[in-house]
Amino acid sequence: MDKNLDRLNIYASRLLSEKEYFVPGHRACQGCAEALAVRLVAKALGRNTVVASATGCMEIVSSPLPLTSWNVPWMHVAFENAAAVASGIEAGLKVLMRKKRIPQQKITVMAMAGDGGTSDIGLQALSGAMERGHDFVYCCFDNEAYMNTGIQRSSATPFGASTTTSPAGSLVAGQTSWKKNMPEIAAAHNIPYVATACTSYPFDLMEKVKKAAAIKGPAYVHILSVCPTGWRLPTQMAILAGRLAVETGMFPLYEVERGRYTLNVELTELRPIEEYLKIQGRFRHLTQEMIAQIQQRVREEYEKLKKKVQLTNED
Amino acid sequence: MAKPEHEITWKELNVGCVIDEPGNAASYRTGDWRSQRPIYTKDRCIQCGTCYVFCPDMAIKIIQEGYVEHDLYYCKGCGICAEECPTGAIAMVDEEE
Repeated sequence: MDKNLDRLNIYASRLLSEKEYFVPGHRACQGCAEALAVRLVAKALGRNTVVASATGCMEIVSSPLPLTSWNVPWMHVAFENAAAVASGIEAGLKVLMRKKRIPQQKITVMAMAGDGGTSDIGLQALSGAMERGHDFVYCCFDNEAYMNTGIQRSSATPFGASTTTSPAGSLVAGQTSWKKNMPEIAAAHNIPYVATACTSYPFDLMEKVKKAAAIKGPAYVHILSVCPTGWRLPTQMAILAGRLAVETGMFPLYEVERGRYTLNVELTELRPIEEYLKIQGRFRHLTQEMIAQIQQRVREEYEKLKKKVQLTNED
Repeated sequence: MAKPEHEITWKELNVGCVIDEPGNAASYRTGDWRSQRPIYTKDRCIQCGTCYVFCPDMAIKIIQEGYVEHDLYYCKGCGICAEECPTGAIAMVDEEE
């Protein structure tokens, strides 16, 4: 792959691994930030990784038989049980190492799923795996709807977003419920590590994934991956939209290490939410009242998070 | 892979549809999806690697001295590199037949 990374002028880019474990030739849409997220996660985890992937965009684009984009062992499982399969792989590897069938080594087991596979369909398998305390990393690639089947709403779709099953019309203006707070649900399991990340902050994302892999016990990383197709966004704005999501407070970047909250991108003042909403076609129909409602909610959630950070860092 | 993808029949597949050749999707050309092509101006490049980090299709290669080169075999023409480049060294132009 790329041998000349050390010639770059930015220090952080020079530290990147040169190897790609998610190779080009995958069939993701143009400007797919989810493919970028998978690439960065695979880069961060490195060679000694086994991946269990639930159904979703990333399964479809990376493994159209007889081709695969993966350079690491990768397994496609049903929608609901990525976490269950990952815990099985982890237990199996542990036994094989104990019986000396394979040499003793650190193998990272990663389960990956989209937001539907995590917060709707795969929730109980994930909850079970976290509760049993398997040593694995769960990466949720959140593009805020079932994009693979054609933009149907999921429980991670934000309020007001127009999708094909929550269309904006004269009576209902898009999604009627708020986005399910999946990182908080994971944190409620009292697992060692929970983090939120975004592809627009690639080094932060890779740092978090590395940390999640190094920690013993279950770790959950929630990655906001912009979907230009489903968000009705020009393809080149995928990174910009992610950055705006963080800067407006819509998707704050934080991590929870053994109950201790840390904000990674601390904002003294949130950017107005319109800046994030107006560039996306799925929010085009929103009225000023609804935007004000979303703004208020985002501000409240952000204050709540700040209080948690304060509270858990007090001693 | 020895054969093009469409010439493989079901008889040649492994049991359980196991793919035993890692990363063979690299043979698949995604460059023909493109409707816009990136144009790179070397003089403006500050070798920061932002385009390399943000490319979802791994279509940017770092060549010697830290300059970059677009691999048009894979580039789908999304324009993220042009949008994110801090110095405007990459521009998108329409692909012509």
